[in-house]
Amino acid sequence: MSAIDFWLGRHRDTAAGLPGADLPWLVRLREDAIDRFADEGWPTTRRENWRHTSLAFMAQQALAVREAVAPETVVAALRARYQAARGAAQDAAQQGAKSAPQSAPGSAPELAPELAHNDGHWVVFVDGHFAPALSAIGGLPGGVRIGSLADALAQTPEKVEAAFGQAGDGEAPAALNAALAADGAWIRLARGSMVEAPIHLVFIAATAADQHLRNLVVADAGAQATIVEHYPAGAAGSTLTTAVTRVLAAQDSHVTHLKLQQEAPEAIHLATIEAEQARGAVFTSHSLSFGARLARNDIRTRLAGEGAEALLNGLYHADGRRHVDHHTRIDHARPQGTSREFYRGLLDGSARGVFTGRILVAQDAQRTDAMQRCDNLLLSRLAEADARPELEIYADDVKCAHGATVGQLDEDALFYLRSRGVDAVHARQLLTYAFAAEVLERIAHAPLRALGRAALLERLPEGARLEELL
Amino acid sequence: MLKINNLHAAIDGKDILKGLDLEVADGEVHAIMGPNGSGKSTLAQVLAGRETFTVTDGSVDWDGADLLALPAEERARAGLFLAFQYPVEIPGVSNAYFLKAAVNAVRRHRGLPEYDAMDFLSRVKAEMKAVGMKEEFLYRSVNEGFSGGEKKRNEVLQMALLEPRLAVLDETDSGLDIDALKIVAEGVNRLRSPERSMIVITHYQRLLDYIVPDKVHVLSQGRIVRSGGRELALELEEHGYGWIDAAQGGKAGGASVGARP
Ligand SMILES: Nc1ncnc2c1ncn2[C@@H]1O[C@H](COP(=O)(O)OP(=O)(O)OP(=O)(O)O)[C@@H](O)[C@H]1O
Ligand SMILES: [Mg+2]
Repeated sequence: MSAIDFWLGRHRDTAAGLPGADLPWLVRLREDAIDRFADEGWPTTRRENWRHTSLAFMAQQALAVREAVAPETVVAALRARYQAARGAAQDAAQQGAKSAPQSAPGSAPELAPELAHNDGHWVVFVDGHFAPALSAIGGLPGGVRIGSLADALAQTPEKVEAAFGQAGDGEAPAALNAALAADGAWIRLARGSMVEAPIHLVFIAATAADQHLRNLVVADAGAQATIVEHYPAGAAGSTLTTAVTRVLAAQDSHVTHLKLQQEAPEAIHLATIEAEQARGAVFTSHSLSFGARLARNDIRTRLAGEGAEALLNGLYHADGRRHVDHHTRIDHARPQGTSREFYRGLLDGSARGVFTGRILVAQDAQRTDAMQRCDNLLLSRLAEADARPELEIYADDVKCAHGATVGQLDEDALFYLRSRGVDAVHARQLLTYAFAAEVLERIAHAPLRALGRAALLERLPEGARLEELL
Repeated sequence: MLKINNLHAAIDGKDILKGLDLEVADGEVHAIMGPNGSGKSTLAQVLAGRETFTVTDGSVDWDGADLLALPAEERARAGLFLAFQYPVEIPGVSNAYFLKAAVNAVRRHRGLPEYDAMDFLSRVKAEMKAVGMKEEFLYRSVNEGFSGGEKKRNEVLQMALLEPRLAVLDETDSGLDIDALKIVAEGVNRLRSPERSMIVITHYQRLLDYIVPDKVHVLSQGRIVRSGGRELALELEEHGYGWIDAAQGGKAGGASVGARP
């Protein structure tokens, strides 16, 4: 059972053995967090911010693994997929260079840096714990640390404390996470450092019915990195993942975060991504949500310094009776911030997609430039989508545009394709893919873009056939 | 040979085509003119297989086959091509991909080997040159942000690549400047051959200076009300459609071109 009492018991039984159990601030924080969770319980639709997603069923939901997976197999498959994507991106770049008129004949096309480097750093977690044997962290610039939160709590607890967050942060599942998380990634980027290759964080539910991850990213001034959270399909059965990722982006740092959620079809996935951006910091979030029975992502960023820039980009696909909810919030706290938010949803079967885009512009945040769009494609008559902007603007010199649509495939475009000999099934796929691919185009890193594309094609019926033609 | 017999078509319960007869022999080019809203595009769309129109009566025989029984994609593969009056924009699908998918679908059906990427590119680039389209249009989304004239050229490009047996051009000349008009007309004329038929829908007899039709028809209120040679187009240019309606009222159907007041 997953009733509140179950989780209170879990906290009671495990707290003393968690990493950092000797740190008074953390013990206290965990207690406050579990108290808060006990108090609030699983959110229902009566709760603000949960109007379209209820977790009330969790109280009766038994969590159990029906079939475990071997984590090494999952990691190997994921790395192979990434390698293939990198190869595809390289081929595309070479082809592009060849067909570009300006390239001199016979000259070797030059690869962009993101194509030339290795496969990046792989930090693997199994059932909520760091798995060093499955991880592969390459050479890093001075002052950069990539490792586990558990180790960091033992080695530099004061640094972790400054980044950990509070018991009151986020929604109830984030509080449960704060109380129970034993591990996660700890990434520290020293001032001015640049990690070229992506830092891949892989979270595998292998045998455990629940896993709780807390990832902390501290980017000092001017640092740059791309961090990928992978949630590949793990154990079959009703499983629960809670994840909280916090990004502290200091002045002029550039942090790109990509999340690829492909959990198993019965999984419950409850995640929070929270960023705090100092002056001139650039934060990009790509959320690709393709798996799980129920996936909820709370994505927030606070433009706490002048001239910060945020891009929240997302794509979700759900079919069957699955449910996917993105609840986003952009806080413009200081002047001259820019935010762009683009989400697209593909909903098939009797799936439901929810998007909420909250934008707050504080009185002090003059000359804010915010734009938000959410477009949904319903691929069946029973699918449903809710897309809602929520703007709260207290400054007067502000540009703020928003739009939301829910629609079907364009009949004129379908007919146009068919009138050229393309069969109806292929025409539908092609238009569906094209609709979704626009989101992927915003992923600047070519291999990651290719990985996202492969993951999308996997979700589409006959996607493999489409891939051949692209 | 295309034989349209007593064709009736409706949309949302509203009759648009009301007993249309037309025969186009192999190798012939027929022009159809007629007032706005008379049903020209409806005829074109019905021929191409658009299901939003319901055929309520009549038949279309195409070389012995029942054209109306085939879905749109099969008509295309069998060699029917419609150049749209309003070409559709498809964001996110590159023109190159679209053209290749179309050409290969048609080639597969005809038992020809599919083009690989290289062969396709050299073929398409040659055809683009002929219709005066820059290569960059290959990498843009289908018709998205194309000017009116660019869209029409893209239609002619598709026609050239698909090598249809029967091409229906719905106002492909509208919105073209005089140079573009010549290029489009050349594209059409290059395709003229004894086994290929064309139906050219236009409002301007100017086009027919470049694409010389074998026959000219006037479509009015869902029917062909007048047929003749090239000179019919000139008469229409000079006098508009009013005299045809008047003549129709007087001498139903039988009037010759010379019978106008
Ligand atoms: N989808 C539709 N719904 C309702 N009426 C329609 C629809 N499509 C066409 N019609 C009507 O059918 C009639 C014929 O339209 P059609 O487009 O065939 O005319 P046309 O001869 O091509 O005109 P134009 O010269 O302006 O292109 C018009 O009255 C038009 O309003
Ligand atoms: Mg028309």
